[in-house]
Amino acid sequence: MTSAESMPADSAISVILPSVLQPLAGGQSILTAPAEAAVTVEWLLDAVTGDYPALSRRLRDETGAVRRYVNIYVNGNEIRRLQGLVTAVAPGQEVLIIQSVAGG
Amino acid sequence: MGRMATAESYVLAIGTKKGLWLATSPDRRDWSLSGPHFLMSEVPSIGIDTRDGRTRILVGVRSEHWGPTVFHSDDLGETWSEPENGAITFPDGTDAALERIWQIHPDADSRPGVVWAGCEPISVWKSTDGGEHFELNRGLWDHPHRSEWGAGYGGAAAHSIVVDPTGEKVHVAMSTGGVYRSLDGGTSWEPRNRGISAYFMPDPNPEFGQCVHKIAADAAVDGRLYAQNHHGVYRSDDDAESWESIAEGLPADFGFVMLTHPRRAGTAWVIPLKADGERIPPDGKLAVHRTDDAGASWKRLDAGLPEAEYNAVLRDAASVDGAEPAGVYFGTRGGSVYASADEGEHFTEVASHLPDVLCVRAAVVSAALLPAQL
Repeated sequence: MTSAESMPADSAISVILPSVLQPLAGGQSILTAPAEAAVTVEWLLDAVTGDYPALSRRLRDETGAVRRYVNIYVNGNEIRRLQGLVTAVAPGQEVLIIQSVAGG
Repeated sequence: MGRMATAESYVLAIGTKKGLWLATSPDRRDWSLSGPHFLMSEVPSIGIDTRDGRTRILVGVRSEHWGPTVFHSDDLGETWSEPENGAITFPDGTDAALERIWQIHPDADSRPGVVWAGCEPISVWKSTDGGEHFELNRGLWDHPHRSEWGAGYGGAAAHSIVVDPTGEKVHVAMSTGGVYRSLDGGTSWEPRNRGISAYFMPDPNPEFGQCVHKIAADAAVDGRLYAQNHHGVYRSDDDAESWESIAEGLPADFGFVMLTHPRRAGTAWVIPLKADGERIPPDGKLAVHRTDDAGASWKRLDAGLPEAEYNAVLRDAASVDGAEPAGVYFGTRGGSVYASADEGEHFTEVASHLPDVLCVRAAVVSAALLPAQL
Protein backbone atom coordinates (compact mmCIF):
# COMPACT_ATOMS: atom_id res chain seq x y z
CA MET A 1 0.00 0.00 0.00
CA THR A 2 2.92 2.28 0.44
CA SER A 3 5.16 1.78 -2.53
CA ALA A 4 4.55 3.80 -5.65
CA GLU A 5 7.27 2.20 -7.69
CA SER A 6 5.08 -0.11 -9.76
CA MET A 7 2.11 2.20 -10.00
CA PRO A 8 1.29 4.62 -12.81
CA ALA A 9 1.37 8.12 -11.42
CA ASP A 10 -2.24 8.87 -12.32
CA SER A 11 -3.63 5.83 -10.53
CA ALA A 12 -2.16 6.64 -7.18
CA ILE A 13 -2.45 9.31 -4.53
CA SER A 14 0.59 10.48 -2.65
CA VAL A 15 0.64 11.68 0.93
CA ILE A 16 3.65 13.82 1.75
CA LEU A 17 4.83 13.67 5.34
CA PRO A 18 6.69 16.29 7.34
CA SER A 19 10.21 15.22 8.22
CA VAL A 20 9.40 14.82 11.91
CA LEU A 21 6.93 12.03 11.13
CA GLN A 22 9.01 10.17 8.58
CA PRO A 23 10.71 7.90 11.16
CA LEU A 24 7.26 6.54 11.99
CA ALA A 25 6.80 5.55 8.33
CA GLY A 26 10.02 3.62 7.99
CA GLY A 27 11.86 6.73 6.90
CA GLN A 28 9.65 7.40 3.92
CA SER A 29 8.72 10.95 3.03
CA ILE A 30 5.89 9.97 0.71
CA LEU A 31 3.28 7.30 1.24
CA THR A 32 1.18 6.24 -1.70
CA ALA A 33 -2.17 4.54 -2.04
CA PRO A 34 -3.60 3.10 -5.27
CA ALA A 35 -6.78 4.79 -6.42
CA GLU A 36 -8.67 4.28 -9.66
CA ALA A 37 -11.26 6.85 -8.64
CA ALA A 38 -11.65 9.65 -6.16
CA VAL A 39 -11.42 8.67 -2.51
CA THR A 40 -11.97 10.51 0.75
CA VAL A 41 -9.17 11.84 2.89
CA GLU A 42 -10.35 9.47 5.60
CA TRP A 43 -9.99 6.46 3.31
CA LEU A 44 -6.63 7.69 2.17
CA LEU A 45 -5.29 8.11 5.71
CA ASP A 46 -6.57 4.66 6.64
CA ALA A 47 -4.84 3.22 3.58
CA VAL A 48 -1.44 4.81 3.95
CA THR A 49 -1.15 4.48 7.74
CA GLY A 50 -2.45 0.93 7.92
CA ASP A 51 1.07 -0.43 8.29
CA TYR A 52 2.13 2.41 10.57
CA PRO A 53 -0.21 2.62 13.58
CA ALA A 54 2.09 4.95 15.52
CA LEU A 55 1.98 7.36 12.58
CA SER A 56 -1.78 7.05 12.45
CA ARG A 57 -2.06 8.03 16.10
CA ARG A 58 0.00 11.15 15.48
CA LEU A 59 -2.46 12.35 12.87
CA ARG A 60 -5.81 11.33 14.34
CA ASP A 61 -7.09 10.50 17.81
CA GLU A 62 -9.06 7.42 18.87
CA THR A 63 -12.32 8.93 17.64
CA GLY A 64 -10.85 9.35 14.17
CA ALA A 65 -10.69 13.13 14.40
CA VAL A 66 -7.70 14.91 12.91
CA ARG A 67 -5.61 16.34 15.73
CA ARG A 68 -6.12 20.03 16.28
CA TYR A 69 -2.69 21.17 15.14
CA VAL A 70 -2.34 18.77 12.23
CA ASN A 71 -3.15 20.38 8.90
CA ILE A 72 -3.96 18.34 5.82
CA TYR A 73 -3.93 20.07 2.46
CA VAL A 74 -5.65 18.93 -0.72
CA ASN A 75 -4.87 21.07 -3.74
CA GLY A 76 -3.43 23.66 -1.44
CA ASN A 77 -6.53 23.92 0.70
CA GLU A 78 -6.69 22.77 4.29
CA ILE A 79 -9.40 20.15 4.63
CA ARG A 80 -11.14 21.98 7.48
CA ARG A 81 -12.03 24.61 4.86
CA LEU A 82 -13.27 21.89 2.54
CA GLN A 83 -15.30 18.91 3.66
CA GLY A 84 -12.98 17.68 6.36
CA LEU A 85 -12.23 13.99 6.30
CA VAL A 86 -14.80 13.39 3.56
CA THR A 87 -13.01 15.78 1.22
CA ALA A 88 -12.49 14.01 -2.10
CA VAL A 89 -9.03 13.36 -3.47
CA ALA A 90 -8.62 12.35 -7.11
CA PRO A 91 -6.06 9.90 -8.49
CA GLY A 92 -2.83 11.68 -9.29
CA GLN A 93 -3.30 14.31 -6.61
CA GLU A 94 -0.99 14.91 -3.71
CA VAL A 95 -2.00 15.39 -0.12
CA LEU A 96 0.26 17.39 2.10
CA ILE A 97 0.48 17.00 5.88
CA ILE A 98 2.01 19.91 7.77
CA GLN A 99 2.07 20.66 11.44
CA SER A 100 0.30 23.86 12.35
CA VAL A 101 1.98 26.79 14.02
CA ALA A 102 1.52 26.02 17.68
CA GLY A 103 3.37 26.08 20.94
CA GLY A 104 5.21 28.69 22.89
CA MET B 1 31.60 11.92 33.44
CA GLY B 2 30.72 8.30 34.14
CA ARG B 3 29.94 7.59 37.77
CA MET B 4 30.41 3.89 38.11
CA ALA B 5 32.29 3.66 41.36
CA THR B 6 29.57 3.20 43.92
CA ALA B 7 27.19 0.27 44.20
CA GLU B 8 24.15 2.50 44.28
CA SER B 9 23.33 5.64 42.41
CA TYR B 10 20.34 7.86 42.11
CA VAL B 11 18.31 8.75 39.07
CA LEU B 12 16.11 11.80 38.93
CA ALA B 13 13.80 12.12 35.96
CA ILE B 14 12.61 15.65 35.25
CA GLY B 15 9.58 16.12 33.03
CA THR B 16 9.09 19.63 31.71
CA LYS B 17 6.90 21.57 29.36
CA LYS B 18 9.43 20.97 26.57
CA GLY B 19 11.01 17.62 27.20
CA LEU B 20 12.55 15.24 29.68
CA TRP B 21 15.90 15.51 31.42
CA LEU B 22 17.59 12.76 33.38
CA ALA B 23 19.95 13.46 36.24
CA THR B 24 22.18 10.94 37.96
CA SER B 25 24.19 11.19 41.14
CA PRO B 26 26.33 8.95 43.31
CA ASP B 27 25.42 10.84 46.46
CA ARG B 28 22.34 13.00 45.75
CA ARG B 29 24.48 16.12 45.97
CA ASP B 30 26.48 16.22 42.75
CA TRP B 31 24.34 15.64 39.70
CA SER B 32 25.02 15.01 36.01
CA LEU B 33 22.29 16.03 33.63
CA SER B 34 21.38 14.58 30.23
CA GLY B 35 18.71 15.70 27.81
CA PRO B 36 16.46 16.84 26.52
CA HIS B 37 14.64 13.73 25.50
CA PHE B 38 11.36 14.32 23.61
CA LEU B 39 12.27 17.93 22.93
CA MET B 40 9.21 20.14 22.43
CA SER B 41 6.85 17.61 23.95
CA GLU B 42 5.58 18.10 27.46
CA VAL B 43 6.22 15.33 29.97
CA PRO B 44 3.63 15.65 32.74
CA SER B 45 4.00 12.13 34.11
CA ILE B 46 6.84 9.77 34.95
CA GLY B 47 6.91 6.42 36.67
CA ILE B 48 10.15 4.70 37.64
CA ASP B 49 9.51 1.00 38.12
CA THR B 50 12.35 -0.80 39.89
CA ARG B 51 10.52 -4.10 40.32
CA ASP B 52 11.19 -7.27 38.38
CA GLY B 53 14.94 -6.80 38.54
CA ARG B 54 15.05 -3.92 36.12
CA THR B 55 14.68 -0.17 36.12
CA ARG B 56 11.98 0.92 33.72
CA ILE B 57 11.26 4.59 33.20
CA LEU B 58 7.77 5.22 31.90
CA VAL B 59 6.87 8.66 30.64
CA GLY B 60 3.61 10.19 29.56
CA VAL B 61 4.55 12.42 26.65
CA ARG B 62 2.29 14.92 24.97
CA SER B 63 3.02 16.79 21.78
CA GLU B 64 0.85 19.77 21.04
CA HIS B 65 0.82 18.60 17.44
CA TRP B 66 0.90 14.82 17.60
CA GLY B 67 -0.98 14.04 20.79
CA PRO B 68 -0.20 12.00 23.90
CA THR B 69 1.56 8.66 24.19
CA VAL B 70 3.53 6.53 26.65
CA PHE B 71 7.16 5.68 26.08
CA HIS B 72 9.30 3.44 28.23
CA SER B 73 13.01 2.87 28.59
CA ASP B 74 14.74 -0.07 30.25
CA ASP B 75 18.22 1.41 29.83
CA LEU B 76 17.84 4.70 31.68
CA GLY B 77 17.00 6.72 28.63
CA GLU B 78 19.48 5.30 26.14
CA THR B 79 16.59 4.06 24.03
CA TRP B 80 12.84 4.55 24.20
CA SER B 81 10.04 2.27 23.06
CA GLU B 82 6.43 2.95 22.27
CA PRO B 83 3.84 0.23 21.72
CA GLU B 84 2.76 0.58 18.09
CA ASN B 85 -0.91 0.81 18.89
CA GLY B 86 -0.39 2.97 21.93
CA ALA B 87 -0.23 2.00 25.58
CA ILE B 88 -3.32 4.04 26.47
CA THR B 89 -6.12 4.44 23.96
CA PHE B 90 -9.79 4.85 24.67
CA PRO B 91 -11.72 1.79 23.49
CA ASP B 92 -14.43 1.87 20.86
CA GLY B 93 -17.74 3.00 22.18
CA THR B 94 -16.39 5.52 24.66
CA ASP B 95 -16.30 8.30 22.05
CA ALA B 96 -13.37 9.72 23.95
CA ALA B 97 -9.79 10.51 23.05
CA LEU B 98 -6.78 10.62 25.33
CA GLU B 99 -5.67 14.17 26.01
CA ARG B 100 -2.95 13.89 28.62
CA ILE B 101 -1.40 11.30 30.91
CA TRP B 102 -1.26 12.89 34.34
CA GLN B 103 -0.02 10.02 36.40
CA ILE B 104 1.96 6.80 35.96
CA HIS B 105 2.12 4.84 39.17
CA PRO B 106 3.83 1.46 39.53
CA ASP B 107 1.88 -0.71 42.00
CA ALA B 108 3.35 -2.40 45.08
CA ASP B 109 6.20 -4.89 45.05
CA SER B 110 3.62 -7.58 45.73
CA ARG B 111 2.04 -6.96 42.33
CA PRO B 112 4.93 -6.83 39.86
CA GLY B 113 3.94 -5.75 36.40
CA VAL B 114 0.94 -3.78 37.58
CA VAL B 115 1.10 -0.10 36.72
CA TRP B 116 -1.70 2.44 37.10
CA ALA B 117 -2.28 5.56 35.06
CA GLY B 118 -4.47 8.59 35.60
CA CYS B 119 -5.50 10.57 32.57
CA GLU B 120 -7.43 13.38 30.98
CA PRO B 121 -10.30 13.10 30.29
CA ILE B 122 -10.72 11.94 33.87
CA SER B 123 -10.03 8.24 33.81
CA VAL B 124 -7.98 5.58 35.53
CA TRP B 125 -6.15 2.81 33.72
CA LYS B 126 -4.38 -0.37 34.77
CA SER B 127 -1.61 -2.28 33.11
CA THR B 128 -0.49 -5.78 34.02
CA ASP B 129 2.47 -5.88 31.64
CA GLY B 130 4.72 -3.24 33.08
CA GLY B 131 3.00 -0.30 31.43
CA GLU B 132 3.02 -1.40 27.81
CA HIS B 133 -0.75 -1.77 27.54
CA PHE B 134 -3.36 -0.28 29.84
CA GLU B 135 -7.02 -1.11 30.26
CA LEU B 136 -9.61 1.52 31.05
CA ASN B 137 -11.12 1.21 34.53
CA ARG B 138 -14.77 0.90 33.65
CA GLY B 139 -16.02 1.31 37.19
CA LEU B 140 -14.80 4.89 37.34
CA TRP B 141 -15.42 5.69 33.67
CA ASP B 142 -19.06 4.60 33.96
CA HIS B 143 -19.55 6.30 37.32
CA PRO B 144 -22.77 8.35 37.39
CA HIS B 145 -20.87 11.34 38.75
CA ARG B 146 -18.52 11.55 35.77
CA SER B 147 -20.54 14.08 33.82
CA GLU B 148 -20.34 16.42 36.82
CA TRP B 149 -16.59 16.24 37.27
CA GLY B 150 -14.91 19.37 36.04
CA ALA B 151 -11.59 20.71 34.93
CA GLY B 152 -9.17 22.72 37.00
CA TYR B 153 -7.02 25.36 35.36
CA GLY B 154 -4.56 22.73 34.14
CA GLY B 155 -7.19 20.40 32.73
CA ALA B 156 -9.45 17.63 33.95
CA ALA B 157 -7.10 15.30 35.74
CA ALA B 158 -7.13 12.00 37.57
CA HIS B 159 -3.78 12.84 39.13
CA SER B 160 -3.38 10.76 42.27
CA ILE B 161 -3.64 6.99 42.54
CA VAL B 162 -2.93 5.45 45.93
CA VAL B 163 -2.98 1.68 46.14
CA ASP B 164 -2.97 -0.48 49.24
CA PRO B 165 0.19 -2.59 48.98
CA THR B 166 -1.46 -5.67 50.41
CA GLY B 167 -5.20 -5.29 49.88
CA GLU B 168 -7.79 -4.15 47.40
CA LYS B 169 -8.17 -0.53 48.48
CA VAL B 170 -7.53 2.12 45.86
CA HIS B 171 -7.92 5.86 46.35
CA VAL B 172 -8.03 8.23 43.39
CA ALA B 173 -8.03 12.01 43.52
CA MET B 174 -9.14 14.21 40.68
CA SER B 175 -9.39 17.87 39.88
CA THR B 176 -12.16 18.54 40.03
CA GLY B 177 -14.18 15.81 41.60
CA GLY B 178 -12.29 15.07 44.78
CA VAL B 179 -11.35 11.76 46.33
CA TYR B 180 -12.94 8.48 45.27
CA ARG B 181 -12.33 5.17 46.99
CA SER B 182 -12.61 1.61 45.83
CA LEU B 183 -12.54 -1.30 48.25
CA ASP B 184 -12.62 -3.95 45.54
CA GLY B 185 -9.53 -3.22 43.52
CA GLY B 186 -11.21 -0.66 41.31
CA THR B 187 -14.45 -2.38 40.40
CA SER B 188 -16.66 0.14 42.20
CA TRP B 189 -16.01 3.65 43.48
CA GLU B 190 -17.54 5.99 46.03
CA PRO B 191 -16.70 9.64 46.78
CA ARG B 192 -14.95 10.21 50.11
CA ASN B 193 -14.61 13.95 50.71
CA ARG B 194 -16.29 14.62 54.05
CA GLY B 195 -14.44 17.47 55.70
CA ILE B 196 -12.70 18.75 52.55
CA SER B 197 -13.84 22.22 51.60
CA ALA B 198 -15.05 23.26 48.18
CA TYR B 199 -15.37 26.94 49.03
CA PHE B 200 -15.71 27.82 45.37
CA MET B 201 -19.06 26.00 45.10
CA PRO B 202 -22.49 27.17 46.29
CA ASP B 203 -22.45 24.32 48.80
CA PRO B 204 -18.92 24.31 50.20
CA ASN B 205 -19.31 20.80 51.57
CA PRO B 206 -20.57 18.70 48.69
CA GLU B 207 -20.33 14.93 48.47
CA PHE B 208 -17.94 15.39 45.54
CA GLY B 209 -16.64 18.17 43.33
CA GLN B 210 -13.72 19.24 45.49
CA CYS B 211 -10.51 20.34 43.83
CA VAL B 212 -8.13 18.05 45.66
CA HIS B 213 -4.67 18.78 44.30
CA LYS B 214 -2.79 15.74 45.57
CA ILE B 215 -3.17 12.87 48.01
CA ALA B 216 -0.59 10.51 49.48
CA ALA B 217 -0.73 7.61 51.90
CA ASP B 218 1.16 7.25 55.13
CA ALA B 219 3.46 4.31 54.48
CA ALA B 220 3.30 2.99 58.02
CA VAL B 221 -0.21 3.71 59.30
CA ASP B 222 -2.99 1.77 57.65
CA GLY B 223 -5.89 3.97 56.67
CA ARG B 224 -4.02 7.27 57.01
CA LEU B 225 -3.96 9.64 54.05
CA TYR B 226 -2.88 13.23 53.53
CA ALA B 227 -4.36 15.72 51.07
CA GLN B 228 -3.28 19.07 49.69
CA ASN B 229 -6.50 20.71 48.60
CA HIS B 230 -7.29 23.84 46.63
CA HIS B 231 -6.94 25.70 49.92
CA GLY B 232 -6.75 23.27 52.78
CA VAL B 233 -4.34 20.64 53.99
CA TYR B 234 -5.95 17.55 55.48
CA ARG B 235 -5.38 14.17 57.05
CA SER B 236 -7.65 11.18 57.21
CA ASP B 237 -7.16 8.34 59.66
CA ASP B 238 -10.02 6.23 58.41
CA ASP B 239 -9.36 5.54 54.74
CA ALA B 240 -10.88 8.87 53.68
CA GLU B 241 -14.19 8.39 55.47
CA SER B 242 -13.49 11.78 57.04
CA TRP B 243 -10.83 14.45 56.75
CA GLU B 244 -9.56 16.97 59.28
CA SER B 245 -7.46 20.05 58.75
CA ILE B 246 -3.75 19.91 59.52
CA ALA B 247 -3.02 23.32 58.02
CA GLU B 248 -2.28 25.05 61.32
CA GLY B 249 1.37 25.96 61.49
CA LEU B 250 1.77 26.36 57.73
CA PRO B 251 2.23 29.82 56.21
CA ALA B 252 -0.54 29.08 53.70
CA ASP B 253 -2.94 26.26 53.05
CA PHE B 254 -2.78 26.51 49.24
CA GLY B 255 -0.40 24.47 47.14
CA PHE B 256 -0.19 21.42 44.94
CA VAL B 257 2.34 19.07 46.50
CA MET B 258 1.78 16.31 49.00
CA LEU B 259 4.57 13.83 49.68
CA THR B 260 4.84 11.13 52.31
CA HIS B 261 7.82 9.27 53.68
CA PRO B 262 8.50 5.91 52.04
CA ARG B 263 8.58 4.09 55.40
CA ARG B 264 8.13 6.31 58.45
CA ALA B 265 4.81 7.06 60.05
CA GLY B 266 3.64 10.64 60.34
CA THR B 267 6.12 12.28 57.98
CA ALA B 268 4.86 14.33 55.04
CA TRP B 269 6.02 17.31 53.01
CA VAL B 270 4.13 20.20 51.40
CA ILE B 271 5.28 23.24 49.46
CA PRO B 272 2.84 26.05 50.26
CA LEU B 273 1.84 28.77 47.84
CA LYS B 274 0.29 31.97 49.10
CA ALA B 275 -3.23 31.60 47.75
CA ASP B 276 -5.41 30.63 44.82
CA GLY B 277 -5.22 34.19 43.57
CA GLU B 278 -1.51 34.57 44.33
CA ARG B 279 0.22 31.41 43.26
CA ILE B 280 3.70 32.20 44.49
CA PRO B 281 5.64 31.07 47.55
CA PRO B 282 4.51 33.16 50.54
CA ASP B 283 6.46 36.45 50.56
CA GLY B 284 8.37 35.19 47.52
CA LYS B 285 10.39 32.87 49.74
CA LEU B 286 10.38 29.27 48.64
CA ALA B 287 10.27 26.65 51.37
CA VAL B 288 9.33 23.06 51.92
CA HIS B 289 7.45 22.25 55.10
CA ARG B 290 7.69 18.87 56.78
CA THR B 291 5.66 17.32 59.51
CA ASP B 292 6.92 14.39 61.56
CA ASP B 293 3.80 14.10 63.68
CA ALA B 294 1.09 13.64 61.06
CA GLY B 295 0.36 17.33 60.76
CA ALA B 296 0.29 18.41 64.40
CA SER B 297 3.28 20.64 63.69
CA TRP B 298 5.35 21.71 60.69
CA LYS B 299 8.99 22.58 60.20
CA ARG B 300 10.08 25.10 57.59
CA LEU B 301 12.94 23.84 55.40
CA ASP B 302 14.70 26.27 53.09
CA ALA B 303 18.44 25.64 53.47
CA GLY B 304 19.95 25.79 50.02
CA LEU B 305 16.90 27.30 48.38
CA PRO B 306 17.06 30.73 46.72
CA GLU B 307 16.46 33.97 48.58
CA ALA B 308 13.61 34.91 46.28
CA GLU B 309 11.46 32.68 44.11
CA TYR B 310 8.18 33.60 42.49
CA ASN B 311 7.44 30.39 40.63
CA ALA B 312 4.97 27.75 41.73
CA VAL B 313 5.68 24.07 42.25
CA LEU B 314 3.13 21.86 40.54
CA ARG B 315 1.53 18.75 41.99
CA ASP B 316 3.76 16.13 40.45
CA ALA B 317 6.88 18.29 40.33
CA ALA B 318 7.91 16.83 43.67
CA SER B 319 8.91 13.37 44.75
CA VAL B 320 10.73 11.27 47.31
CA ASP B 321 13.08 8.37 46.76
CA GLY B 322 13.24 5.15 48.72
CA ALA B 323 16.66 5.65 50.27
CA GLU B 324 17.56 6.09 53.93
CA PRO B 325 17.38 8.90 54.78
CA ALA B 326 14.74 9.68 52.20
CA GLY B 327 15.60 12.06 49.41
CA VAL B 328 13.24 14.90 48.59
CA TYR B 329 13.10 16.48 45.14
CA PHE B 330 11.13 19.22 43.49
CA GLY B 331 11.15 21.56 40.50
CA THR B 332 9.61 24.94 39.85
CA ARG B 333 7.75 26.43 36.95
CA GLY B 334 10.85 28.55 36.51
CA GLY B 335 12.86 25.46 35.61
CA SER B 336 14.90 25.06 38.79
CA VAL B 337 15.22 21.61 40.31
CA TYR B 338 16.37 20.90 43.85
CA ALA B 339 17.37 17.75 45.68
CA SER B 340 17.78 16.95 49.34
CA ALA B 341 19.61 13.88 50.60
CA ASP B 342 18.43 14.41 54.17
CA GLU B 343 14.65 14.61 54.05
CA GLY B 344 14.58 18.28 53.25
CA GLU B 345 17.04 19.65 55.79
CA HIS B 346 19.38 20.84 53.03
CA PHE B 347 18.80 21.28 49.33
CA THR B 348 21.20 21.47 46.41
CA GLU B 349 20.37 22.71 42.95
CA VAL B 350 20.25 19.93 40.35
CA ALA B 351 19.39 22.12 37.38
CA SER B 352 18.23 25.61 36.57
CA HIS B 353 16.67 27.43 33.64
CA LEU B 354 14.90 24.37 32.32
CA PRO B 355 11.39 24.76 30.91
CA ASP B 356 8.52 24.64 33.43
CA VAL B 357 8.95 21.53 35.54
CA LEU B 358 5.81 19.40 35.46
CA CYS B 359 6.95 16.18 37.07
CA VAL B 360 9.93 14.73 38.88
CA ARG B 361 10.51 11.16 40.01
CA ALA B 362 13.56 9.68 41.69
CA ALA B 363 14.83 6.20 42.32
CA VAL B 364 17.80 4.33 43.71
CA VAL B 365 19.46 2.22 41.04
CA SER B 366 22.52 0.09 40.69
CA ALA B 367 25.43 2.21 39.51
CA ALA B 368 26.22 -0.49 36.98
CA LEU B 369 23.01 0.40 35.16
CA LEU B 370 24.06 3.94 34.41
CA PRO B 371 25.02 4.63 30.82
CA ALA B 372 28.69 5.51 30.53
CA GLN B 373 28.08 8.98 29.18
CA LEU B 374 25.92 10.08 32.09
